[in-house]
Amino acid sequence: MISIASLGPRSGRNVELLLLVGAVGLVMLAYVNVEVGANGSVPPNLLTQGAVLLGIAVAFHLVLRWRAAYADPLILPIATLLNGLGIVMLHRIDIARSNPFTDGLALRQLTWSALAVAIAAAVIILLPDHRLLRRYTYIAGLAAVVLLLLPLLPFIGREVLGARIWISIGPFSFQPGELAKIALAIFFAGYLVTARDALSVSGRKVLGLILPRGKDLGPILVAWVLSLGILVFQRDLGSSLLFFGLFVAMLYVATERVSWIAIGLTLLAVGTYVAYGLFSHVQARVTLWLDPFAPGQSDQVAKGLMGLAAGGLLGTGLGRGRPTETYLAESDFIFPSFGEELGLIGLFALILLYALLVQRGLRTAVGVRDGFGKLLAAGLSFSIALQCFVVIGGVTRVIPLTGLTTPFLSAGGSSLLANWTIIALLLRISDQARRPVDETPPARPSGSTEQTEMVRPA
Amino acid sequence: MNAPIRKLGFVIALLFTTLLVSTTIIQGFQAQAINARPENRRTLLATYGADRGDIVIADTSVAFSRETDNQYQRIRVYPEGPRYAHVTGYFSFLYGAGGGIELAANPLLNGSADQLFYRRISDVIAGQRPSGVNVELTIDPATQIAAEEALGGQKGAAIALDPSTGAILAMVSRPTYDPNVLASHDMAAVQDAWTELNEDPDQPLLNRTISQTYPPGSTFKVVTAAAALSTGRYTLESELDAPDVLDLPQTDADLPNYGGSSCDPSGVQSMIEALAISCNTAFGSLGLELGAEVIREQSARFGIGDTLRVPMNVARSVFPTEELDPPSLAQSAIGQRDVRMTPLQVAMVSAAIANRGIVMQPYLIESVVGNDLSVLETAAPQELSEAVDPEVASQLSLMMQRVVQTGSGQSAQIDGVTVAGKTGTAEVGEGRRAHAWFTGFAPADDPQVAVAVVVENGGDTTSEISGGRVAGPMARQIMEAVVRQ
Repeated sequence: MISIASLGPRSGRNVELLLLVGAVGLVMLAYVNVEVGANGSVPPNLLTQGAVLLGIAVAFHLVLRWRAAYADPLILPIATLLNGLGIVMLHRIDIARSNPFTDGLALRQLTWSALAVAIAAAVIILLPDHRLLRRYTYIAGLAAVVLLLLPLLPFIGREVLGARIWISIGPFSFQPGELAKIALAIFFAGYLVTARDALSVSGRKVLGLILPRGKDLGPILVAWVLSLGILVFQRDLGSSLLFFGLFVAMLYVATERVSWIAIGLTLLAVGTYVAYGLFSHVQARVTLWLDPFAPGQSDQVAKGLMGLAAGGLLGTGLGRGRPTETYLAESDFIFPSFGEELGLIGLFALILLYALLVQRGLRTAVGVRDGFGKLLAAGLSFSIALQCFVVIGGVTRVIPLTGLTTPFLSAGGSSLLANWTIIALLLRISDQARRPVDETPPARPSGSTEQTEMVRPA
Repeated sequence: MNAPIRKLGFVIALLFTTLLVSTTIIQGFQAQAINARPENRRTLLATYGADRGDIVIADTSVAFSRETDNQYQRIRVYPEGPRYAHVTGYFSFLYGAGGGIELAANPLLNGSADQLFYRRISDVIAGQRPSGVNVELTIDPATQIAAEEALGGQKGAAIALDPSTGAILAMVSRPTYDPNVLASHDMAAVQDAWTELNEDPDQPLLNRTISQTYPPGSTFKVVTAAAALSTGRYTLESELDAPDVLDLPQTDADLPNYGGSSCDPSGVQSMIEALAISCNTAFGSLGLELGAEVIREQSARFGIGDTLRVPMNVARSVFPTEELDPPSLAQSAIGQRDVRMTPLQVAMVSAAIANRGIVMQPYLIESVVGNDLSVLETAAPQELSEAVDPEVASQLSLMMQRVVQTGSGQSAQIDGVTVAGKTGTAEVGEGRRAHAWFTGFAPADDPQVAVAVVVENGGDTTSEISGGRVAGPMARQIMEAVVRQ
């Protein structure tokens, strides 16, 4: 790993702008493809729509120039590209379902995207330094618990497709679990940066593995019970896995103890085994995973696989497949929708985009100087990676299918808000990480001594 | 903390690699198998929505695909409704292609046939989805309509051939159905119709001309007569034993004439006369004289026992291959017992006699035509076998002319045209009405058409004439449609 000093004072903002134009160009190309494939004509309002999208992206870019000039230049273009492609696919699904544009998934997603980007910009503006968040460690923890409990409340909680993870107030519905993910990452980072010394004290050594002390097992057990609670009461396998995985990963990063991973995996195995024995909906998911084509059960997974198969290596071409043959083609199964029309090549591109995004996040974590920032950046990055793995792994039969949204691609406001907030946080931390040490950042909180901590090549 | 972050990065790389691998396995390796799954609606939609060729009869499309605005992209239309149902078959989203040319010529219609390979390559290069080609049939609309009207509301089948080529001119099976009902995009209605058609005891989906075998009854006497004449030991005037009741050796059973009537007071009858009035005892005793092997060989030379495709699969007609005891032999010689023939096979016997003894391969597809109207393939009439030599054929023709002139088949006479034919009344068991048969060809001196008509349970066993009375006029109507053209 190269030390940040070697990057010099280059902010990378021009690169970012160039990449943003490229990303919007790609999205427009995909949009034209969909229209030509499905309707046989180039959309008349192409330039307006391209301008709107570019406007949103460039607005955010300008906010970065103003308040986070050294932020990572790849993160925003990747998020923009993924978000834009998601809107294009939703538009494509609108066409297949004959939804009018004004009442379609695409317009709603575009509106939510604009809102989410606005909130992300607000985060950049209002949060001059990510370390401020450390003050709200326990508030974040409390917020996470409240957010997770909300769907269980009467009147506002709603059960959709067997999972009780929604709340609805008036005409609006929301998945608070998406935001809980961020609150949890902040809480874990704040808590672990304090507790890391205690948690890394060695206990007994078993089979070459240095175990932690018994009395330090409390936090991981709490996280485990909480995750099981989500599984039992909200029937949400995906979130349960995501939260527990996030905690274990951050615990490992904080303590550098592999034994935490071993303990985590053991607890996961026990939890899975118990859940499998107790709950029919878990059993159903496992059967479906092992044999998606078995007769007499849900053909959800099977339909997704057929979509992927129809795409093959090269895909049918945008606008030329039948993604709506798959259930939830716009949300949980949007990945097969892309697979059908863009083929294996397109999916490789998408997966690599995610990998690149996560890599930028990890690089930020490596680069930033404070422990809280490292943990937060690593945690947020890992949450994106794990979420991709759980949802894409679910539709491609790596693991049983669980209900999670595909970041930036799936239709849904809560998911967009949460993921753009993550982007804002990563950008904020990366600005801190890449800023030359001698340059005084604006609105730096007082008493920041960690600035001298240099990152050395590994 | 950087070391564990880098290790975490390694784990994440592993997670993403897993996704790349799993996606590759599905889209790269399992795709074909998944696409081929019968429940795969995408594959169904793709095949269903593809540009399918027309089925053409006399320059008019009797089955074609019309583009639609819905997800199915195209709908199969049968403008004539039930008229050609058993010829074209149906093309349904839920039940695929079936029931006729739609299934038998599916690779041509959907463009996947091997002989279209070079066209497919050019399609691929041109970026076009391979389109199907049109199939033109041998059916003659006037003959088809005549056959349809002749059969009327009766349950049965009528088929007409061009004896010199084997081209099928008419193919009518009753009861019938409307293929449009199965081609509909109203899937619930299609399902209901499908269940109803399949549960109907009268089996409207069954193509009785080629997929159903019947006891041929007395029409089979032509085959027995052919066997006798071919031995060279018999002539038209050869005297046959024709008692009122044929006493069958080795058993207590005996073979009576229809309604216990008498063929000839003298107890003997010439072969030509015995055929004319369809004397059971005479042909029963002739069968006993000839032996099973001779009749079996003659049957085979007419094509009985062969596997035929027109291009639809034709049910195999059979003359029993096992050892026959005398009563079985006597009954088999008059087309009873275990002898079974499709109406097509019965028509082929007449057609062979009309064609100087040569059996022609029956066929429905006249030509295969590309979308640019270029003819890709034209049917070449093909000889299947020589059933009898020309001399015997003309003797048999004479015998069959006598049937229509003075015998049991007078109802098939056409003014000014010599008609050759043979009636049949096939018993189907105690208490059930016999099947009424007629087969023949016309004009006898220059045959243009050979027909077979069967009316299920249309006759009665009290009189051989009943078969001729019911089926004879029908056959006449069909033959008239050809010879009057």
